[in-house]
Amino acid sequence: MKKSDLVDLVAQRQSLPRPQVEATIDCLLDALAEGLAKGERVDFRGFGAFAVRESAARSGRNPRTGETIQIAARRTPTFKVGKELRDRVNGERPAAQ
Amino acid sequence: MTKADIVETVYEKVGGFSKKEAAEIVETVFDTVKETLEKGEKIKISGFGNFVVRDKNARAGRNPQTGQEITISARRVLTFKPSQVLKNALNS
Repeated sequence: MKKSDLVDLVAQRQSLPRPQVEATIDCLLDALAEGLAKGERVDFRGFGAFAVRESAARSGRNPRTGETIQIAARRTPTFKVGKELRDRVNGERPAAQ
Repeated sequence: MTKADIVETVYEKVGGFSKKEAAEIVETVFDTVKETLEKGEKIKISGFGNFVVRDKNARAGRNPQTGQEITISARRVLTFKPSQVLKNALNS
């Protein structure tokens, strides 16, 4: 499923114009990415949490040439799936609320 | 940052609906994503990342506290692979 399919489904379900739903999903993704860029953790209960992992600079080696290179410090987005979604994906019924 | 903050941002920036409606749309987005993944279908959001459901075989594991060997059952897990665009956004 692509983003445009998701937009279609949500527009249909909520009986809303497609452009409005698309703008909403884009805004949601932008807000999420901005939060992560600020180093914040973004938590969606029942779905999962996005966070940023910082890795320090380290020296690596080009496996082809054997040359030693410096790998810069970087930040990587990570996602940890929430319990409800983890169970549902695994074919378990969601826990009673 | 939580879903409530995202709803607030959507309400302010997109406009054209009440805060309650904004919350409903965001909720429907997550419900739809969850239902799709539950069916085992992957979701690809360009510029953000891919959510993929993967099948894991059973494997032998060990309780690190007791040292006891156990079998970890076969299961389906959800993985997220961030897009290059998102990775770059965090390192600019």
